[in-house]
Amino acid sequence: MLDIFDSSLVSSTIRMVTPILLAALGGSLCARVGIFNVGLEGFILVGAFAAIVGNHFTGSLWLALLLAAFVTLLFSLLFGYMTVHLRANEIVVGVAINFLGLGLTTFLLRAIFGVKGAFYDKDMQGLPQLQIPVLHDIPLLGPILSGHSPLVYVSFAAAILLYLFYYRSVTGFRVRAVGMNATAAKSIGLNTVRLQYLAISLCGILCGLAGAQLSLGQVTMFTEGMAAGRGFIALVAMMLGQSHPFGILASSLLFGLMDAISIRLQGFSLPTQFTAMLPYILTIAAMFFLKDRGMGSNRASQQSGR
Amino acid sequence: MSVRLEMKNMTKRYGQFLANEGVSIAVGAGEVHAIVGENGAGKTTLMRMLYGMEEPTSGEILLDGKPVSFRGPDDAIRHGVGMVHQHFMLFPDFTVAENIVIGYEPKRGGFFDRAKAMADATALAERYRIPVSPTAVLGECSIGEQQRVEILKVLYQGAEIIILDEPTAVLTPMEVSELLATIRTLAEAGKSILLITHKLQEVMEVADRITVLRGGKVTGAVAAKDTSAEELARLMVGRDLEQLSERTEQRGEPLLVVHQVTMQEKKKKPVLDQVSFAVHHGEIVGIAGVSGNGQSELLQAISGLAAVQSGTIRLKDTDVTNRTVALIRETGLAHIPEDRYFWGAAKEETVAENALMGYHRLPAFSRGIIIQRKWFHHLVAAWIERFAIKTSSAHEKAGNLSGGNLQKLIVAREMGRETPLLLAAEPTRGVDIGAMETIHQALLEKRNKGDGILLVSSELSEILALSDRILVMFEGRIVGELSRAEATEEKISMLMAGGRGDGSTQATA
Ligand SMILES: Nc1ncnc2c1ncn2[C@@H]1O[C@H](COP(=O)(O)OP(=O)(O)OP(=O)(O)O)[C@@H](O)[C@H]1O
Ligand SMILES: [Mg+2]
Repeated sequence: MLDIFDSSLVSSTIRMVTPILLAALGGSLCARVGIFNVGLEGFILVGAFAAIVGNHFTGSLWLALLLAAFVTLLFSLLFGYMTVHLRANEIVVGVAINFLGLGLTTFLLRAIFGVKGAFYDKDMQGLPQLQIPVLHDIPLLGPILSGHSPLVYVSFAAAILLYLFYYRSVTGFRVRAVGMNATAAKSIGLNTVRLQYLAISLCGILCGLAGAQLSLGQVTMFTEGMAAGRGFIALVAMMLGQSHPFGILASSLLFGLMDAISIRLQGFSLPTQFTAMLPYILTIAAMFFLKDRGMGSNRASQQSGR
Repeated sequence: MSVRLEMKNMTKRYGQFLANEGVSIAVGAGEVHAIVGENGAGKTTLMRMLYGMEEPTSGEILLDGKPVSFRGPDDAIRHGVGMVHQHFMLFPDFTVAENIVIGYEPKRGGFFDRAKAMADATALAERYRIPVSPTAVLGECSIGEQQRVEILKVLYQGAEIIILDEPTAVLTPMEVSELLATIRTLAEAGKSILLITHKLQEVMEVADRITVLRGGKVTGAVAAKDTSAEELARLMVGRDLEQLSERTEQRGEPLLVVHQVTMQEKKKKPVLDQVSFAVHHGEIVGIAGVSGNGQSELLQAISGLAAVQSGTIRLKDTDVTNRTVALIRETGLAHIPEDRYFWGAAKEETVAENALMGYHRLPAFSRGIIIQRKWFHHLVAAWIERFAIKTSSAHEKAGNLSGGNLQKLIVAREMGRETPLLLAAEPTRGVDIGAMETIHQALLEKRNKGDGILLVSSELSEILALSDRILVMFEGRIVGELSRAEATEEKISMLMAGGRGDGSTQATA
């Protein structure tokens, strides 16, 4: 049993963690402006699909990534328009976004590629595996840290950048203020609407890249509903990490590890239905330890009056 | 003294209702201008128009002689008008310095320059002699310190005109005198201060000039040196205040018995430490203490809002320790909570619905699962009459009531239950002197009828005026008990600070 824990498990954890980490970071941006975004799943799915479309029609991986980010950004603006502008209930909108994402990609899969269920093209190139020059030659660590898709490195960089954004930049400071006490933020003249749109758009871009990693990084194909609950796992990772980029990094690694183990266990003649449950069981277990929704402060005053 | 701010003929209409009608005031540089008036007189409305939060229906605002109109608070801030809200507009997870500079953050190389923010905050605090610790996390600061942060924030934004809406309502006596000193310092530095308060002795202490509002109109504008608290009261209420009715000798059987109650989070210092006392029928027991010494927790324990770890609480000979709120209320308890917005009311709902809360299960007002609203409306109408609650109708949103009127509604609701025991926490917070008199009278009548009242108040004068017995709390314990006859402000203050009644100071280990 012990031989499931080896260096290739770590390496596969790092690969699995990427979509969860990117989406969870995106979710934290929304949480920081006081919006609980359950639509991450839909965002990821749209991103995954757009990446395949971009790759198929342009043949360029860069353009594919760009398209994934851009299309998901547009999709997230729809979410933003409904929650921020029309003040619709964010949970309801999030659920609708998930169904819309699923329906839209299924429909377009048929309309554009004329296939049902999955699209695969053997000539299509996936994201390259970067061999990082110096890193690659370090014994033991080298094979673990090197040889991943560029998005893997992007996701870790995103965690660090987001940390700098929240805790070092003025805009990030204001973003956090909006989520902590929106009334107070308005009273000092902060443009809360603009800050909320900003956070939601960044979330869209991150989720788009998360989707691209799914469809171009881990495999090179699109299947219906291929996000497979990762948006929700990301949501839990975000809550578990208390919306702090490094907290999210840690919790995402935990979920990534579970993902990797569950795949590894399939090689041990355990039923796949059972092994695939692992990340979700952990998700439910994690819920027991969550006091709030990771939306910043529980000290924040909930009411304000005259 | 040059006139810095003039508001001319300000009128604000909500539907058919005139909250302000032709109000004019003028404030000079370096002047402390108090605005007093009954609940719902329109004080807050006037200030909200000045701060750009509310658009005047008509009227003119002049700053240094030039007409201005503000599209929003940020516009007002840019013109040097700042407001300290009664409910603080602060961020609990940020530090004091961050709260002060937010919106106008110092930057270096595109990044937030926290070191400079810290230095600026410290310099500002020193300049105006307002003590705060810039590195502290705001959520852990006392209410008084949070208020000082609010004032510094407004100063940092460059305000020349500072509005303070009922700033002393939430402060301890000590903090009040510090605030009044700060107000004087600011005035001497040339700032114009607009101060709203219901406490006339504070007005007499700091104000240069006073404007009295009643029913949305100015009924008097006087210089402080030409008037007295009594005259102001008359201008405000339009009549002289009455004496409280006699107290009859009443004390009966024990009603509420709290025995050795301890509330403690794991491994932390207990917030309630072996608290024991009783409230008898026909008795008002006052609890004095600097806020944060366990009074809130005690009320929550008795009313079932928080669990205790050991000890017993008996109400009318029933053990109600750690029982549900509904059961305890049914046993015979009503509760005027200390924070009217947080525990006391649903701001988005109507006045009638707020009044109904807690009555909805009573047989008189429900048939099966259907609430009988018709009967209830008569009752609500009677309350509105008795406590002079100003509302356009029972269908008004509760959040639109002025602060004091909402408080009166909650007091009426809880007194209306006619339960043997009433927990009254800050029952007169934010109400005007006329309403305070009505509420005090009602509490006393309840006592004379043979009911028991547990009164918690940060106003020593209120405790002294009403209580038959006074308990003083300090760090979760009851450190002293005084009878009505022996209680004086000095003795209570001494106990509140943790000293023993006999003058020796207690170790606070
Ligand atoms: N948005 C609103 N819609 C309708 N009526 C309102 C609104 N805001 C205030 N009012 C009414 O205007 C009147 C004046 O309210 P305001 O808050 O100015 O009183 P106030 O003098 O500050 O009283 P208090 O001392 O109780 O704070 C009140 O009767 C209130 O019900
Ligand atoms: Mg008011």
